[in-house]
Amino acid sequence: MAAKTRKAATKPRSVLIVGVGGQGVIMMSKVLALVCQRQGLQVKQSEVHGMAKRGGGVFSHIRYGETVWSPTIPKGEADVLLAMEWAEGLRWLDFLRRDGGAFIADTKRIVPPFAFRSRKYGSQPIYSPEAPREVMEMVGSGFALDATKIATELGESRAANTVLLGVLSTALEFPVEDWQEVIAQNVPAKALEANKLAFEAGRDWADANRSAPMEERLKDLPGRDDRRAAEIAPKTVQFDITGEWCKGCDICVKMCPERCLRLNDEMIVELSDPEACTGCRICEWLCPDFAIRVRRVPALEPVA
Amino acid sequence: MDAKVETRTGEGRDNAEREALDQAVTRPMIGNEALARGAWEAGVRIAAAYPGTPSTEIMEFLGTYPVGDVHVQWSTNEKVSLDVAIGGSFAGVRSMTAMKHVGLNVASDALMSQAYIGVNGGLVLVVCDDPGIHSSQNEQDTRMFARFAQVPVLEPSDAQEAMEFTRRAFDISEEFDTPVIVRSTTRLSHTRSPVTTTPRTDHEPLGFNEDTVKNVIIPAHARMAHPRVLEREAKLQKFFAAPEFTRWEEGGTEIGIITASTAYTYVKEVLPEASVLKLGSSYPLAIDRVREFYEAMDRVLVVEELEPVIEDAMNAAGMPVEGKAFFPRIGEFSPEVVREGLRKAGLLEGVEEDAPFAVTPTARPPVLCSGCPHITSYMAVRSVNARVTGDIGCYTLAAVDPLKAIDTCVSMGSSIGIAVGVAKAGLETKPIVATIGDSTFLHGGIPALIDAVYNDANITVMILDNHIVAMTGGQDHAGTGKTLRGEETHRVDFEEMVRACGVKSVKTIDSYDMAALYQALREAVEYKGVAVVISDRPCVLDPMKLKGSPLQVRADGCTACQSCMNLGCPSLGWSDEMLDGYHKVTIDETTCIGCSLCAQICPSDCIQPVSN
Ligand SMILES: Cc1ncc(C[n+]2csc(CCOP(=O)(O)OP(=O)(O)O)c2C)c(N)n1
Ligand code: SF4
Ligand code: SF4
Ligand code: SF4
Ligand code: SF4
Ligand code: SF4
Repeated sequence: MAAKTRKAATKPRSVLIVGVGGQGVIMMSKVLALVCQRQGLQVKQSEVHGMAKRGGGVFSHIRYGETVWSPTIPKGEADVLLAMEWAEGLRWLDFLRRDGGAFIADTKRIVPPFAFRSRKYGSQPIYSPEAPREVMEMVGSGFALDATKIATELGESRAANTVLLGVLSTALEFPVEDWQEVIAQNVPAKALEANKLAFEAGRDWADANRSAPMEERLKDLPGRDDRRAAEIAPKTVQFDITGEWCKGCDICVKMCPERCLRLNDEMIVELSDPEACTGCRICEWLCPDFAIRVRRVPALEPVA
Repeated sequence: MDAKVETRTGEGRDNAEREALDQAVTRPMIGNEALARGAWEAGVRIAAAYPGTPSTEIMEFLGTYPVGDVHVQWSTNEKVSLDVAIGGSFAGVRSMTAMKHVGLNVASDALMSQAYIGVNGGLVLVVCDDPGIHSSQNEQDTRMFARFAQVPVLEPSDAQEAMEFTRRAFDISEEFDTPVIVRSTTRLSHTRSPVTTTPRTDHEPLGFNEDTVKNVIIPAHARMAHPRVLEREAKLQKFFAAPEFTRWEEGGTEIGIITASTAYTYVKEVLPEASVLKLGSSYPLAIDRVREFYEAMDRVLVVEELEPVIEDAMNAAGMPVEGKAFFPRIGEFSPEVVREGLRKAGLLEGVEEDAPFAVTPTARPPVLCSGCPHITSYMAVRSVNARVTGDIGCYTLAAVDPLKAIDTCVSMGSSIGIAVGVAKAGLETKPIVATIGDSTFLHGGIPALIDAVYNDANITVMILDNHIVAMTGGQDHAGTGKTLRGEETHRVDFEEMVRACGVKSVKTIDSYDMAALYQALREAVEYKGVAVVISDRPCVLDPMKLKGSPLQVRADGCTACQSCMNLGCPSLGWSDEMLDGYHKVTIDETTCIGCSLCAQICPSDCIQPVSN
C-alpha cells in the first residue's frame, strides 16, 4: 500500500513578505527571522536575488518551526502574506492559506514603467484595478492599511515599514519585547525613537481595527480603479507630406517618438507605420522646411 | 542581498581573531556564505572567481576572511579563474573557484584536462545551477557536466550541508586525486538557514610536485591517465556509499524515494513518512547502496531537479525506475511540483485546488535604473537604424520595450563575433553594431575584436563602460582599478586596449552626452572597417548610489508627445492629466536622479530643475 496520507506533524508556520525592489522586503524578513530565532525555532528564509534592484517584484519566504524542510512556502499554506505594495500582494494572494491566512497589505501603489507602455489613444496605466475593499472582503482575514500615512502622522514617513512590522507582530505569537529588541538592533541609532513609535502605532492600529467588523475597517479604503474601462474610441490621424519641400535631413525620422517615419529611396520622408503614428505633431514642429502637416481628426463618438 | 558583503584588506590575522573565527557557533547563513565557510574551514589558500548569479557572494564572503588565510580574487573570466585555482593546486595548496552553471562552459576546457591530471593540493569547483532560469540564459544541469568530465559532484541540500560538503570536497579531491565539483542551486545559494561552524584546519603546503608525466597532458600521458580516471570512478562509487554521503532514512517498504539536493527537502515536506535514500552525489553514483535500497522497496521513484542523471544511471545498471515520467525536466522544483508528481504517480490523492482569487496581476518586469547610462547608449544605437548584436549584462534589458534596440543575445562576449559573421554573410543592408559591457568585453570580447580587425569586418563595436559588473550586484573587474578586497590596482585603459587590437577608429564619449553619442555613432557606422565607440559613464547604483537634484515636468508645456517615455526611465510616468487622449508626463522626484536625459530629449523643453 502506498503512503496516501500526510501525517499532521507539527507543521512549520509560513510568512511570505512581498514588495518591490528597494522597499526593504529583505530587511523586513531578516527582522522576522531574528525574532523567530530568539524562540529557539529553526528558521529558513528564502529569496531570489538578481532582478530585485531593477524594479522587479521581490519576495521572501520565511518558514519557522521545530523542523522546517522546504525553504519555500507551498501554495495555499502561507499563514501570513505581508505585502508592502498593493499589486505585489495581489500577485501572491493564492499562496495564502484559505482557512484564515491573514493578508496584511499596504495600500501603497507603485505603478511600474511597464504600465505606461501603450500608445493607444485613450490608454490608461495597466495596474490591478481591484480595490482594497473588495479584496479584503474576498480574503476575509487581515488588514489593508496606508502605513505611510500612519508613519507620516508620527512625523516619520520613512518608518512605514516598521508600522507594518507592528501590525505583523499582532498576527504572530512572539513576545513583543523580542520584536522591540530586534528592531532596535537593526535600525540606525538616530532613527530608534521614531521606529519605536512606529512599531507601537502599527500594533495599536491593528488592535483597534481587529475588534472592528470588516465593514467598519474597510470604510475608508479606496474603491475600485476602473479607469481602463473608460477607453476612448480610436482617433484617426491625418498625415500629409509635401514631398517637394522635404530635403531628407532626417530630423523628423530621428525625433519621432513612435519611430514610424523613414526616408524612402529618393530620400523623401514617408510614414512607414501609419498604425503607430499618434499624431503628436513633433515631426511637423521640427521640420525646418514645413514639409509635414499632421492633424488629429476628432475622436468619434465613444462606442459602447 | 540586503547589504553588500564587505570584503576586507589589511595584514594577516592575529591569534585572537583566529580564535574567534574558529569558535563553533550556530548562526543563519545563506548557502553561499556556508559554501565559503566550508572552503575556509578546509584550509583553502587560493580562491578565484568570475561573478555570476547565483554564485557571486561566495567569493565576496571568502573575502571577509583574513588576508593571511586565503588569497581571493576576481578573474577576468571563469576559464582564467579555474586556471588560477589549478595553479594553486599545482603549487601544493588547497584551491577553489566558484561560478554559475554557464561559467563552467567557459572553464570546461581546463576542467576536461585537469580531470585526467588530477590534483596536488585539493581542487574544488563550486558551481551554482539556476533551475527555473531566475537570472541566466539557460538551465543546464551541472551534474551532466560532472558525468561528462568524469569528476565527482557533491550536492548539498541545505546550508549546513553546503558547508560540510565543501569542506569534505577538498579531502576527497586529495584522496582520490581529482577535481571535485560542489553543485549548488539558486534556491540553496540564496536561502538562509542555521549553520554550526567548525574550526579551520591549516594544511602544510605540499610544494610543487615535479611529476611531468602527471602534470603535462600530452597524448602519451593522457593515454596513461584515462584508465586511472575510470578506476577513480569505481572507487568513488564505493566511497560515496558511506552514510555521510548516502543516507537511508527508514520508512515503509511500499515506496522508496531516491533524491538529492534541495529536491530532498521538498520530498520530506510532502511525503514525510516514506523511505528515502538521500544522495550526496549523483555522480559517481553509489550504485551498490542504491541497489540495496532498490531491492528493499516495492516501488522506487527518483525525484531529481532538471536532468534524469540518477534515473539514467539506474536504468543503465539494470534497475528500471520511474522519475521523469512524473517530475518535470524543466524548471525549479517546489513542494507543489513534487506533490503534483507524486499525485501523478498515484501516491498522493489529488487535493481539491481552491479556485484562484479573482484578481488582475500587474506586470512588473525588471527595468534599467533611473538615469542608467545604458539608456542613452541604446537611444543612440536606435538612431542609426542598425542591426544590433547584443551581449549579456544590465544592458540586455534594452532588448525589450521601450528601447527595443537589440536583435541578438547569445553568450558572454558573443556580440562581436556574431557581428563579424553577419557582416561577412554580406546580406545585411543596415549598419552592424555590436554592443558589449565593459566586464563582458574583458571576459570574452577581446579575442573577437582581434578577429574582427584581422578579418577586416565592417562593423561598429560599442563598449558600454559603466566601470563595474553591474548585473551581478556591483563587482570590481580589471577595468575598475580595484581588486576584490578593495585594493588599488592597475586599471585597464579601454582605448589603449582597443588600439592595441588594431582598431584605428576609437572614440570615448560621455554616455550622458546624447548629441555627441549620436554623432560618434553615426561616424562610426560610416567608417569602413572596425570602429569602436566607448560609451563611458559610471553605473548610478554601484559602487556608489549617485543622485543629483531631480527634474520636474512643467505640465502646461507638456504636449503628451511621449518622446521621453521612450527612455524607459522608471522615474517617468503618466500624470492624471490628459491632452487629447494622451497622458501628460510626470517625474517621481523621490527616484529621479537628475541625469537630464529626458530633458535632452523633450522637444517642448518642458522638463526643468525642480527649483525653477
Ligand atoms: C559565462 C557567464 N558568466 C557569468 C555570467 C553572469 N553575468 C551576467 S551579465 C554579467 C556581467 C555584466 O557586466 P558588464 O558587461 O560590465 O555589464 P553591466 O551589467 O555592468 O551593464 C555577468 C557576470 C553569465 N551570464 N555568463
Ligand atoms: S505625428 Fe509625426 S512625430 Fe508624431 S508619431 Fe506621427 S509621425 Fe511620429
Ligand atoms: S524634417 Fe522635414 S525636411 Fe527633414 S526629413 Fe523630415 S520632412 Fe524632410
Ligand atoms: S545597476 Fe547600473 S548598469 Fe545596471 S541598470 Fe542600474 S544603473 Fe544601469
Ligand atoms: S532626469 Fe529624467 S531621465 Fe534622468 S532620472 Fe530623472 S526622470 Fe529619469
Ligand atoms: S517629451 Fe516633453 S512634451 Fe513630450 S511627453 Fe515628455 S515631457 Fe511631455
